Amino acid sequence: MNTYWRTFKTAAWLGWEMDSNWTEPWLFMVYSVVKPVAGAFILVLMYTVFAILFGRADLSAFSYMYVGNSFFIFVASTLFGTFQVIQADREWYQTIRYVYISPISYYVYILGRAASKIAVAAFAVLITLLFGVLFLDVQIHLSLVSLPMFLVSLVLGLAVLLAIGICLGGISFLTAKHTHGLAEGIPGLFYVFCGVLFPLSVLPDWGQAVGRAIPLTYWFDITRRLISPSLDIDTTLQGYDDLGILMLLLVSSLAFFVLSILIFKMGEYFARKAGKIDMTTSY
Amino acid sequence: MSTPSVRRTDLRARISLNLHAVVGRAYPRVIGANREPSWIFFEAFLPLLGIAAYVFVYQAFGDRAIAAILGGACADHACVDAAEQAVYLAVAKANTNALIASVVLGGTMVAFWLNVLWSMASQLYWEKEIGNLQLYMMAPMNRMALLGGMAVGGMFMTSLRAVSTLVAGVVVFGVVFKVVDVFLLLAVFFVALTALYGLGMMFASLYLLWGREAWNLSALMEEPIFFSSGFYFPVAGLFRVPGWGPIVAIAGSFVPATFGLDALRQLTLGTTAFGGQFWIFDAKTELYILLAMAVVFLILARYSLAYLEMLAKREGKLTSRHQ
Repeated sequence: MNTYWRTFKTAAWLGWEMDSNWTEPWLFMVYSVVKPVAGAFILVLMYTVFAILFGRADLSAFSYMYVGNSFFIFVASTLFGTFQVIQADREWYQTIRYVYISPISYYVYILGRAASKIAVAAFAVLITLLFGVLFLDVQIHLSLVSLPMFLVSLVLGLAVLLAIGICLGGISFLTAKHTHGLAEGIPGLFYVFCGVLFPLSVLPDWGQAVGRAIPLTYWFDITRRLISPSLDIDTTLQGYDDLGILMLLLVSSLAFFVLSILIFKMGEYFARKAGKIDMTTSY
Repeated sequence: MSTPSVRRTDLRARISLNLHAVVGRAYPRVIGANREPSWIFFEAFLPLLGIAAYVFVYQAFGDRAIAAILGGACADHACVDAAEQAVYLAVAKANTNALIASVVLGGTMVAFWLNVLWSMASQLYWEKEIGNLQLYMMAPMNRMALLGGMAVGGMFMTSLRAVSTLVAGVVVFGVVFKVVDVFLLLAVFFVALTALYGLGMMFASLYLLWGREAWNLSALMEEPIFFSSGFYFPVAGLFRVPGWGPIVAIAGSFVPATFGLDALRQLTLGTTAFGGQFWIFDAKTELYILLAMAVVFLILARYSLAYLEMLAKREGKLTSRHQ
């Protein structure tokens, strides 16, 4: 256990240094916030153009979209933070062989490397939400009573994300340098099917079924229920109560944890068998 | 023993050498990618999902607006009669289609912009990291031929993603395009691409001097550029935001994608789309601006590459890795 904790701490420190030491701390903070805030502004302008064209404001739909997009920063950062480790170490730094043969758990090492990205994402989410409340009339009312449940759901949501990220990492043992395709595509999958920007009812029936099968859909739903309870949007998930959703998230995080170990080990086994552990694909 | 060859320096030989360099650098991008077919899934299919999300946002907004009209609300007042309701309904449907089409066109341009950032601008930096750059520098061809080869190969690779986005727009999302002037459309598209890749060539030389800042700068030029250049909404919408809106729009217009997209949207949706209120200039004017940008960026790329190569050599950064 001690080795795992030491590995995690050292990897987290390494990840933080790799992410941030290319520039001054203040510039890094600006950099960390500009990207997600610009992402939120795309939606603000989409809404503005809609409001001008249709001659009507729809604050509920806007708040729904804004809150979902803010928490989606966690999805993009956590997933990218985990699955990029293998490809960055293998293709870019070409250090994977040295880390891999050291007496540590490579799985825990990846989790540690992702930790710094999650910390930066938490900061970006906070800034984005604050900006929305202060300048864009986003409807957020998180009560003290809801706070513990919100924190529990946040931890469970992040656990699911980390496990999914490790699953993708296991697959990326075997693929060429597709970090950008994965970084754009897999979060895109959740962006479409998990009711992040729009309620599931917009999707066709099969799309709604896909959305209901992904635990993150429920995470986004409970997050909105807790911090924006006044939204007038039919999410199609009213049949689930808050505790039921928390239980579902708990079971999902455990299931994905087991799945992540299986996929990671399989990816590792086949990559070693095919001699792909330290391959480089530099076209 | 082979006969020693004489190095030819006449124009014909130089052109031939540089054309070979273009083909040689484009070749691994086209063939290398095809040898690893998994990229089709990662680079062509998966990114469609992100674009689909923005399509559904407009769909959701449109559905709620249409539901409100059907419920008797015409914009900010109650519908006077069935005729007015029908007019509002038709306009709402047309606007929803135009907004979705804007996203689809933006999605095709996203593919090229990402390729410019990650496979043009940061490519020399990447080559430096993996140790190829010194080999390129020793080779006798012009550096612009090298960048030209990267651009040709990159455009070819990216076209698949761009085409798949367009096809998905028409087949899956039912977008209707009304192309009136095909030649002008093709001219705008290719001139915009030339300007875009010219900008990428210029960035490539800048990145030569930088270390990890280069990677982070490329990452920073995704969402902020998607926003300021109006990839997912008509960029003239920014001019309707009082205060900072026009400033952001003007800053964004230094990226050729801004005028390229605005012109492409006019030429595929008709100038009357969005009530004609969301265009910057007419398509022909935008074509001339793009043409000027293409020339300027290519010239700047040529000179900045030579200058920064010299600077990188002087500062000893040409082959220094992982900094």
